[in-house]
Amino acid sequence: MNAVAWLTQGLEAVVALAAAPALLGWVNQCRAWLQNRRAPSLWQPYGTLRKLLHKEVLIAENASPLFRLAPYVTFGAMVLAAGIIPSMGTRLPLVASADAIALVGLFAAARMFMALAAMDVGTAFGTLGARREMMVGFLAEPALLMVILVASLTSSSTALPAITEALVSGHLGLSPSLAFSAVAFILVLLAENARIPVDNPATHLELTMIHEATLLEYSGRHLALMEWAAQLKLFNYVCIGFALFLPWGVAVGRIGPVGLLVAAPALALKLTAAGAGLALIETLSAKMRVMRIPEFLATAFLFAVLGLLVHVLLGA
Amino acid sequence: MTHLPLDQQLLDTCAALLLLLSFAMLSQRRIVTLVNLYALQGAVLAAATLLLAWRTGEDHLYLSAALTLALKVALLPWLLHRLIRRLDVYWDTEPLLNVTGTMLAGLVIVVFAFALAQPITRLASTATRSAVGIAVSVVLLAFLMMITRRKAMSQVIGFLSMENGVFFGAMSASYGMPMVVELGVALDVLVAVLVLGVFFFQIRERFESLDLHHLESLKEHD
Amino acid sequence: MALLLLLLLPVAGAAVLGVIGAHRRAPEVNALISVGTFLAACALTARVIHHGTVLLGDEQFFIDPFNVFLVALTAFVGMTTALFSRPYMRVELDHGRLSAGRLRLYHSMYQLFMFTMLLALTTNNMGLMWVAMEGATLSTVLLVTLYRTPGSLEAGWKYFILCGVGIAQALFGTILLYVAAGKVLGAQGMTALLWTHLDAVKSQLEPTVLALAFVFLLIGYGTKVGLVPLHSWLPDAHAEGPTPISAVLSGLLLNVALYAVVRSKVLVQGALHSQLPSQMLMGFGLLSVVLASLLLWRQRDIKRLFAYSSIEHMGIATFAFGMGGAIATFAALLHMTVHSLTKSSIFFTAGHAAQKAGSQAIEQIRGLITLSPTVGWGLMLGSLAILGVPPFGVFTSEFLILTTAMREQPWATPILLAALAVAFAAILSKVQPMVFGETTVRRLAHPPALLPVFAHLAIVLLLGVYIPPYLAEWYRAAAHLIGGP
Repeated sequence: MNAVAWLTQGLEAVVALAAAPALLGWVNQCRAWLQNRRAPSLWQPYGTLRKLLHKEVLIAENASPLFRLAPYVTFGAMVLAAGIIPSMGTRLPLVASADAIALVGLFAAARMFMALAAMDVGTAFGTLGARREMMVGFLAEPALLMVILVASLTSSSTALPAITEALVSGHLGLSPSLAFSAVAFILVLLAENARIPVDNPATHLELTMIHEATLLEYSGRHLALMEWAAQLKLFNYVCIGFALFLPWGVAVGRIGPVGLLVAAPALALKLTAAGAGLALIETLSAKMRVMRIPEFLATAFLFAVLGLLVHVLLGA
Repeated sequence: MTHLPLDQQLLDTCAALLLLLSFAMLSQRRIVTLVNLYALQGAVLAAATLLLAWRTGEDHLYLSAALTLALKVALLPWLLHRLIRRLDVYWDTEPLLNVTGTMLAGLVIVVFAFALAQPITRLASTATRSAVGIAVSVVLLAFLMMITRRKAMSQVIGFLSMENGVFFGAMSASYGMPMVVELGVALDVLVAVLVLGVFFFQIRERFESLDLHHLESLKEHD
Repeated sequence: MALLLLLLLPVAGAAVLGVIGAHRRAPEVNALISVGTFLAACALTARVIHHGTVLLGDEQFFIDPFNVFLVALTAFVGMTTALFSRPYMRVELDHGRLSAGRLRLYHSMYQLFMFTMLLALTTNNMGLMWVAMEGATLSTVLLVTLYRTPGSLEAGWKYFILCGVGIAQALFGTILLYVAAGKVLGAQGMTALLWTHLDAVKSQLEPTVLALAFVFLLIGYGTKVGLVPLHSWLPDAHAEGPTPISAVLSGLLLNVALYAVVRSKVLVQGALHSQLPSQMLMGFGLLSVVLASLLLWRQRDIKRLFAYSSIEHMGIATFAFGMGGAIATFAALLHMTVHSLTKSSIFFTAGHAAQKAGSQAIEQIRGLITLSPTVGWGLMLGSLAILGVPPFGVFTSEFLILTTAMREQPWATPILLAALAVAFAAILSKVQPMVFGETTVRRLAHPPALLPVFAHLAIVLLLGVYIPPYLAEWYRAAAHLIGGP
């Protein structure tokens, strides 16, 4: 563990922090184009974050310290996760420190803090949002774990860098099991990041909102951190997808800051494509009723298990 | 990653697609879509047969691919679509189990089928033997579909899909059956659908209506 | 030559009757073709008696003592049923329950049905046997729905779907058999499905795959035998179809399906070193006997009543085949014969009784004996025979099965006895008022054909008192083939 490696790691985290709002901006821009609307600027999310950071923080009288702590914990967890995911290089200190299952646990911890904070003040909407958020998480997690399991079967390791390296060096071919789990992963990604068809991030309609309901009591820099954490979460999920299914362009082996420069354009390219794809999916699908969400996530789980079964049967 | 030749990968993909289509049929409640899915299943089956024929050089497989294409992709779906239009049944309402429950039951069934197929896979000497488990799954999933549906049309499609699974099983375990048997089976399936057509016609004549719920109401009292 | 005639006559008959089946004399043509088929079956039987097992037509056909007795039985009951249906269908036509076109369909399909059953019995190819069994289903579906009543449509639908699903399972079992055989026989082609070849190498076949194949085959063909819990099509199809069809379904189709099950069992038993097939047959058989005899109490329709009785008797035969051994198998074969004869004769009389009463409901049929002593006595004697009252053949076979069970499977004997007692009480209490007492029935325009009824009952009686030595020899040879020494 030398200084160069940590420097590289730090740079990677900074890139993630900087790119996450841009990814959301890009998705919003694509959606606007697809829907024949005038697109907001790509930098719109940065503006929002800056505005929120300068605003005064208002906190409900009966809020506990947990309420103040939650934004920092959530944000911190997401930054840590960004470090763990091999988005640009596989031989980085943090990347090697945790495997995919720990990563899922990290996401779960962040979710739990968010849900607790939402219930903390005791408003109806907060509790409702927390409940729905936990339901989505409860259903999405098994599917996500199953997806990771399929990917780890192909490389015999649950560590993300090992999976990525196996895929990069592996033979390029049709793999039905990976295709199935990729579909499952996309469904999980949509649900976990509160995208259409599970949740609509653009509205505050009390009947249907999930994620936004948990943030209603936050303001100022707390809200900024929460929003930024959500953007990071989307970025992280997309990068997990790349690590599992589209690892080309990730630097394999020991790299320094210069190596990042080589890997960065590939990542940018993939993010551009993924953002456009996400916008396309969101435009083509309609928001579903909350009670249909279990069905949606069961489908994700089904795909993941099918991938697993196909792998066991056809591959072995 | 496994290093398999391209045609093997394609065959595996076909097998996986068959399984996926079975699940899609299990969850689908629109009967027209169900027929389309069935036709798609037939097409995948024909493609797999063709691939296998090309790979093994067994002439009779070409014939059976052609047979599949003609019967299961063109003729039967056409007949079924006609029946749907004339009988005016588009939705299969109130399945006995909700979709999520059916799906989970389906997963359990697939695991069971894979276990069931293990000895066959070990015994068979064909290159495609690993797909036997998928064939058994398709058969059992179709069976599940027949159990959980109320509408006669969906049951028929389940029955036909089951036959697809059996056919795929024969193909992957032993490169098909002897030609005489295969022809006989194809004849039986065709006759079955024709009899079915006559049967629906009788129902229509009997009830002076195209609606199948008469048959459903009959099914309930015993 | 005899075989060729045996198979070609029904096919030609189906074609001819497909054209002239609505003609005034068509019932006679139908009967004549069936008589010809029976004569061909006799010739074939004579040949097997003289020369033993024969293989014909490039090994595709195979006649041994086991199937030749079923061929003879099938052709015989086919013939008597055709004779019976001659006046019966005329009455139906007069009552306006049928049109001429449907009569043509009936005659044509009847012959086709005979053909598929004979093909299933004589073929050596397990695949072809499957095709023939499926053909038998398909040719009878439209016969069950012949009246086009809502009830018959429902029955036909159930029959079609259940047997279709069942037969698909059997196809899968056949495929498994083919895979296992291909491994040993090494042939991509015809020989791997020929029963004689399979039988020769059965001890080398992979046991697990064969066990699996047997489960699929048993479920598949067992549906057609009407084994509980796969039986629900059977009472409906029997009750709603025309009576001659009920008679051949019960008397013949169930036998042929059981034949397929037994053929599969012989192969699998040879490959397996466990008792699995026997236990499965015994389990299914016993379940069928018990459940059917309990359900007998609830029946209100005369044909449904006897349909459930068929399930019960098929259960007994299946149980006996499951026990195995020379005596039990002998008894099972005898039971198949006498049940087939008795049950078809009961359906004949039940059909006439229902026509006279104008209803199939048991409550509507009263005092048959006052108006038509022959029909009344026919029904009474037939019922007594099927219940296993001593001088009849059913008594002999059931007695043999019970005594064997007492020795081999003592636990099953009380269950069997209890079920038989329940069935006895149920059927007798329902048949008695139908035969005796105040009459509700009326006379019909065409005199009933009762010759088949009494011919069948006479044979059953004869078999109960005295089994001719050549017949006993025949059964013994068949039992040896199936159950070992």
